[in-house]
Amino acid sequence: MVTHATRSPGHQVTSKIIIQQLSIWFGKVLALRSLNLEIQGNEILGVIGPANSGKTSFLRQLNRLNELEASFRMSGEVILDNKNIQHIKPEALRKRVGMIFALPQVLPISIYDNVAYGVRMHDGKSKSELDGIVEDSLKSSFLWDEVKDRLKELATKLSGGQQQRLCISRTLAVKPEVVLFDEPCSGLDPISTAKVEESMLKLKEKYTIVLVTNNTKQAARVSDRTAFFLTGELVEIDKTHKLFTAPKDKRTEEYIQGKFG
Amino acid sequence: MKTTTKQKIAFSILFLCTIMVVLPVLFVLGIIIKNGWHGINWQFLTTMPKDGMRGGGIYPAIVGTLYLVSLSIVFSLPIGLLAAIYLNEYAKDNLLTRLIRLAIVNLSGVSSVVYGLFGLALFVTFMKFGVSILSGALTLAIMNLPIVITASREALASVPYSFREVSYSLGLSRWQTIRHSVLPFAIPGILTGAILSLARAAGETAPILFTVAAFYLPKLPDSIFDQAMALPYHLYIISTQIPNISTETRYATALVLVGIVFSMNIIAVVIRARLRKRKKW
Repeated sequence: MVTHATRSPGHQVTSKIIIQQLSIWFGKVLALRSLNLEIQGNEILGVIGPANSGKTSFLRQLNRLNELEASFRMSGEVILDNKNIQHIKPEALRKRVGMIFALPQVLPISIYDNVAYGVRMHDGKSKSELDGIVEDSLKSSFLWDEVKDRLKELATKLSGGQQQRLCISRTLAVKPEVVLFDEPCSGLDPISTAKVEESMLKLKEKYTIVLVTNNTKQAARVSDRTAFFLTGELVEIDKTHKLFTAPKDKRTEEYIQGKFG
Repeated sequence: MKTTTKQKIAFSILFLCTIMVVLPVLFVLGIIIKNGWHGINWQFLTTMPKDGMRGGGIYPAIVGTLYLVSLSIVFSLPIGLLAAIYLNEYAKDNLLTRLIRLAIVNLSGVSSVVYGLFGLALFVTFMKFGVSILSGALTLAIMNLPIVITASREALASVPYSFREVSYSLGLSRWQTIRHSVLPFAIPGILTGAILSLARAAGETAPILFTVAAFYLPKLPDSIFDQAMALPYHLYIISTQIPNISTETRYATALVLVGIVFSMNIIAVVIRARLRKRKKW
């Protein structure tokens, strides 16, 4: 098993996150069963599966958001750069592992304040430093040109697609290493979806991305590898083109052909 | 009978019921304004009472009520808000917190004279604050705590859970999350509740009866350890204890009291309306 998780400049495959025997319960309900999975640095890992397949529980474990639920229990390990994430302070972990939610969750404050939101809390940045971070972050999600003249306006006035890219900027502003996308386009029209996907492809040069999606075509379009989850278990994981053209498991084949879901 | 006829009858009944709620309010207001309006002038509002309170103004009672109300909010708002934050954001759902919630609901049902006796026993006698503005304000504050806590909890709970999730996902701690992504959006609701509780405190007689209210004082209070006159108690006295006082003076006093309570309620309504307009989630 490869445990050297450094970001090497070459094309040597390295594991950014290693998941070993991860099981998750909410109360008595088993949401995820003995998952073993490695996520490589600077890849987009797509995760597909029907409702209750455990894909969202899996994603929310990577930044320990699951533990906000009182009934949550887990066993197994998630290792980020050779360190068990249970031994990292949740605040420090979530800075390194950012998340984009299904619905664009902008706060009812200005565009600028939304992007600066996390950064402001973490360390005292000067006004000009903050301005730079906001600009860079908005450029990374291709939103800068659309909003640069109205940064002081309420973010809730933006369109759904713009709001979702604003959320991406806000997450990037705290300089994460991994970005988790939880069905980021489920509420968006095709054009906005294309823009979000475009930014994802650009982002993988700098970040490791995990994309949970209900839209199998989206996984096919943007992810390098795709994992198929079903009722809390990993059925199959492979290079995206392989999984979609020659799935090994019959259930994978049926799901991607739309026979159930 | 045709459905439309039935519907018309039903609507008429509903309309009548609504009118029955509004009418008494208008009626009371009408009587007070009609009888009291001519008694109100600058002198009435700004001078001391004289001739055994049959003449002069009600200035010390107005000042006393304002002192009481402002001091009581100084105690009830911070305590109530912090309790609400604890209950809504930190406390786990267990037997203890359920008991606390039950206690809060029950406290708001306790009659105000009981709070008055409680204030007398605890603040006036036991803590030796004497009959004073401090004792009265603390009693009013305790009476108002359930209202402040309930209103603050509702305001906190109305902030979407997703705001908290976003904040956590950016690596903020629990307190940072409450401080920056919950409280700012709950403040208008909290303020509305606080002002409504003030309006109630301004109008209550029983809690101040034994703890602060003076029958008559020739001067304004100098400190929070002095007694003070207060509008509701003053109204009670001139209506029941003093013979041969003009109706006009009584109604004018009532009008001032109702006016203060009403303007507080209107401020609360305006804040709430503004908030609704701004709220976009």
